[in-house]
Amino acid sequence: MYAVLVAVASKARAEDGVPVPAKIEFNRDVRPILSDKCFACHGPDRNARKARLRFDEEASARRERKRGTVIVPGDADRSLLIARILEEDVDEIMPPPDTGKEISAREVAIFRRWIEQGAEFQAHWSFVPPQRPDPPVVKDAGWARGAIDRFVLAKLEGAGTSPSREARRTTLLRRVHFDLVGLPPRPEDVDAFLGDDRPDAFERVVDRLLASPHHGERLALHWLDLVRYADTVGYHGDQGHNASPYRDWVIRALNDNMRFDEFTVAQLAGDLVPGSTEDQKIASAYNRLLQTTHEGGAQIAEYMAKYAADRVRNLSGVWMGATVGCAECHDHKYDPYTQRDFYRLAAFFADIDEVKMFRASNSDPTRREPEIEVVSPLDRARAARLGERIEQLRSRIDTLSVTTSSVSAASPDAKDRAGKLEKDVAELEKERVRLLATRRRVMITKATKPRVVRVLRRGDFLDDEGEIVDPGTPEFLRGRGVEGRRATRLDLARWLTSKDHPQTARIFVNRLWNQYFGVGLSKVLADTGSRGGWPTHPALLDWLAVEFVESGWNVRHMIRLIVTSSAYRQSSIATPELTELDPENRLLARQSRFRLAAEIVRDNALAISGLLDDRLGGGTARPYQPAGYYANLNFPRRSYKHDGDRNQYRRGVYMHVQRQFLHPMLRAFDAPSREECTARRPASNTPSAALTLLNDPSAIEAARVFAERILLEGGVDTASRTRWAWRVALSRDAAETEAGALEALLLSELQVFRADPDAAGRLLSVGLSKPAASLDPVEVASWTSVARAILNLSETITRN
Amino acid sequence: MRPDPQQRLQQTRRSFLGRASLGLGSVALSSLVGSSGPRAADAVGEARPRGPMQALPGLPHHASRAKRVIFLCMAGGPSHLETFDHKPKLAELDGKPMPESYTKGQPIAQLQGAQLRCLGPQFEFRRHGKSGQMISDILPRTAEIADEIAIIRSLHTDQINHDPAHTVMNTGTSISGRPSMGAWVTYGLGSETEELPGFVVLTSIGGRNPQPIASRQWGSGFLPSRYQGVEFYSTGDPVHYVHNPPGVTRSQQRQLVDTVKRLNGIRNESVVNPEIDSRIAQYEMAFRMQASVPELMDISREPQKILDLYGARGPDGSFAYNCLLARRLAERGVRFIQLYHRGWDHHGDLVPYMKTCCSLCDGPGAALVKDLKERGMLDDTLVIWGGEFGRTPMFQGKGKKPGRDHHMRGFSMWLAGGGIKGGTTYGATDDLGYFAEKNRVHVRDLHATMLHLLGIDHSKLEVRYQGLDMSLTGVVEEPRVISDVLV
Repeated sequence: MYAVLVAVASKARAEDGVPVPAKIEFNRDVRPILSDKCFACHGPDRNARKARLRFDEEASARRERKRGTVIVPGDADRSLLIARILEEDVDEIMPPPDTGKEISAREVAIFRRWIEQGAEFQAHWSFVPPQRPDPPVVKDAGWARGAIDRFVLAKLEGAGTSPSREARRTTLLRRVHFDLVGLPPRPEDVDAFLGDDRPDAFERVVDRLLASPHHGERLALHWLDLVRYADTVGYHGDQGHNASPYRDWVIRALNDNMRFDEFTVAQLAGDLVPGSTEDQKIASAYNRLLQTTHEGGAQIAEYMAKYAADRVRNLSGVWMGATVGCAECHDHKYDPYTQRDFYRLAAFFADIDEVKMFRASNSDPTRREPEIEVVSPLDRARAARLGERIEQLRSRIDTLSVTTSSVSAASPDAKDRAGKLEKDVAELEKERVRLLATRRRVMITKATKPRVVRVLRRGDFLDDEGEIVDPGTPEFLRGRGVEGRRATRLDLARWLTSKDHPQTARIFVNRLWNQYFGVGLSKVLADTGSRGGWPTHPALLDWLAVEFVESGWNVRHMIRLIVTSSAYRQSSIATPELTELDPENRLLARQSRFRLAAEIVRDNALAISGLLDDRLGGGTARPYQPAGYYANLNFPRRSYKHDGDRNQYRRGVYMHVQRQFLHPMLRAFDAPSREECTARRPASNTPSAALTLLNDPSAIEAARVFAERILLEGGVDTASRTRWAWRVALSRDAAETEAGALEALLLSELQVFRADPDAAGRLLSVGLSKPAASLDPVEVASWTSVARAILNLSETITRN
Repeated sequence: MRPDPQQRLQQTRRSFLGRASLGLGSVALSSLVGSSGPRAADAVGEARPRGPMQALPGLPHHASRAKRVIFLCMAGGPSHLETFDHKPKLAELDGKPMPESYTKGQPIAQLQGAQLRCLGPQFEFRRHGKSGQMISDILPRTAEIADEIAIIRSLHTDQINHDPAHTVMNTGTSISGRPSMGAWVTYGLGSETEELPGFVVLTSIGGRNPQPIASRQWGSGFLPSRYQGVEFYSTGDPVHYVHNPPGVTRSQQRQLVDTVKRLNGIRNESVVNPEIDSRIAQYEMAFRMQASVPELMDISREPQKILDLYGARGPDGSFAYNCLLARRLAERGVRFIQLYHRGWDHHGDLVPYMKTCCSLCDGPGAALVKDLKERGMLDDTLVIWGGEFGRTPMFQGKGKKPGRDHHMRGFSMWLAGGGIKGGTTYGATDDLGYFAEKNRVHVRDLHATMLHLLGIDHSKLEVRYQGLDMSLTGVVEEPRVISDVLV
């Protein structure tokens, strides 16, 4: 109880009693106050600006005015800023009371000290190119494995605390499996890791996982959220559109560890690259992923304006971590993006050929020309691998036949072997031909004569008198201009990935950090502008950004650096002391723990049960879905047919994304509807999620198949079976109490199902897969209940 | 005796949470969430959320008149000119060219490029009730509640196509990703039930080729997803996955949930994660919903006279059945109830389709108001009726008989109960029913009024997202509470 009172009291102090830093830093201490309380009237928005004063520019704040100077460096008492805040006349006081904003005593003290210390302004952190800082000197040098750890540790030492111990090995293994491939470790992976006492055992696991084709699937989930990848058009009739080869391209590119600058160019301008390949054309589907419509009566001019805004929002969210979309109707209120900047960015996309869509038909899928028909990049890669394998086998056959012919009496053994290999080759060849014959359509970008783009005043699409603008990057970020020609999407992509771009690399590594620590170094992933979050470890963020660029935009290198750090390996358990000191874990004195992403919740259950079909790529997968869920869709009316074959058990990343009616399972576990750029998924904890895991046929079938595995593979008695099941699902040994709880459930279920075997049969009938005939249905049903319990555990769906 | 560290850890956590639930911990809680108050976009997984029922601190901002809202969404856009906005002048111009002064420079939907002619009102209007409100003959049952409803004839919106106009009606803007009004309200006020979601949506079948409706219309946008509307279905499973798997009884399910609870509890002794406590509570609520939802949907114990009042025959997905469910949801403490009828897009065959739609919706909507009144619930239940926009005074020739195109510059809605002054008519369109002219009411004004009645100051219910303080009513123009229609 005492601890609680202390906690409450110290929090109350923290509200207004946090000491003012001895040395004020503009960006860390002053800018957030100005941005929150002053920028709306004294910031970047020209039209909203009062008294021609802007605090985001030093010159403006230091100019002499009729009534004095707003900021007089070194002299707080003569600075109008302080005087107006402390003013008692309600007509004079700043901020004006009707804004509802107030400056606290602590904030005044910050302003004062800042002015006394010379009122030094700094450019906003994400607007200046990152420089590589030296990793700080730390006391506990033994803990730090590399530069990352030194930055993290220096911060902890500064706060008078220390890192958490390393996580248990099983926890660490599960963590890195979920983070890098989105699948749980198998018991043999656990055994191998526990038995590996080489000092680099963990690095070996990391390298194995990074080389796994499932790594690309895991990483693609994040990227597909950002670029709002979906399988339907989004507006009105929400018909299907052809996009899945793009999704496969993303997975393949990530598996190939494509340089991020090339990855960027291919998506924004794959069609404009000299000698554009088919893959680059598929990648250019990025520009077509936005929500579109062909609703009868749609105003073309209106939708062209909507599409332009959608693209600018997405571009700025994905690559710049910025909210340029706010400048559609007026200059940005908090960041220096002007309305003209917005339309200049929009103009980059004015060459995209897409007006045909307004005449598309109400079919499902509908057409969104231009489209091409392709073999998916993943299928092509697989076919190529099969081709290599076939070549190998053929040369072995050749060797065998040479042997056979050189010996007068052909060895029957060699003949048999050759015959068997011939058969294998035929099989593989069949599969190779099938893959290359499976063609899917995909929307692509095709440049045409650019539309005229005007600044739409107040964002009004009917306005046809605004200034005509050419493509261009935001003025204050000073992109490299092009001479004597119109800038293109290719120029845009190259600008974004230029070495000294202040945003792209920072934004990307910050999001990587978020993936592997549960929170970014700058917390608001989608907005790194002045209203976003000041990074907790700015030097570390800059170091990572420079490392990323200098490594040749090497994504895998960055992931490896992060996940092999000591910081990453810490335990995620929050002690009460740590919770009090740092409730949001911004100091990184521990790892974070969070619920698995929706798709991974599914993959995990399928993997545990053994049902998972882990084939890479392909068209959309359609798992079971409640009947009538699409009843509200029309043009045309829709009915959903779940897959009747093993497609049913493919990974979540392949699930059909119906924007207007996302699969209830995905929705219950917070997958976004892919309408806008999503940099961070929430992790809710709701009754809908509980009902889904308890009762969704996919979950029930997984539990039943898991139960069958338990009976077939888990030993012969209840004790060994419960323990086996626990280890398969949770990678660790069950405690006595845990095994006891499962056994108690089993006993009572056995009793119920023995009394009512028909009920057992009904439970077993859920799902496509046939129940194992060799097993007693009563026993399978009872173990299904045990398996359901395991699949519903918090621990099962948590990355610790 | 010195407690061992593990035990101390547990005790601290328990007493901390215990405090929190007594309300004493609210200071500590808000500082856990972040010093600047609730910030949905910033919410971190482990910061302990409010319980599902609790209101935001400081809410309601003022005494509320309405505790809950039932929003009857007439999707497709019913014609104001055939329902509540009587335009004799339009009758005079029937068949004549639409004066260009009205339409010049205006966005036009399907009539783009067509010759624009006037179409006179297709039904007679009469005065009804003591208040003498003008209501068309196609709404005889609504006419019976004329003295309960305030008719607003000066609504206008920003969007001329269905999907974006619905988005404006529900979220205040056509930009996607914003929370719907039901999500805002439950986020602000919490819920009064632990057995049902705070925000429930039902869609109805029947009428003409139905409007597609996207689930984003009841989405939570950047608010936590537990505030999103939950769609209930009047045919099939009423809520997704609410039934046990086949062959599993309620007591077996109970035992399963208990086992999960016990195992989660054991785990939590060593990892001490508030998310696990929360998950245990969510499983309990899920289990309760498995009983409360079927009980809610079962109308077999409603007296015949009530079934007759609504015209409800059973779980058939009709608007009548859904209106009855709306009352049952309201009785059980659901905060925001939204009913969609999707048949109101009458580009052609206006008269027959209006007859169809009104025969499905007129009676049940009026019955709902009467029934709520009978039970004393109308006083604190705000009922709102209307579409995402209205229809043009101009003729459209799709179908065999005349129709009307989409129209965003002027349309009608009605409000009843929860602090609304019944028997009032407010605002007016011009002579031809084109522009809302007198006492114009933008959708954001409707939202501000609704929030006001719920005890919420629209300017104070804000969440920071992408650097902006977002609210339902937005920042484009200051919305206004329509005080003339309030008691």
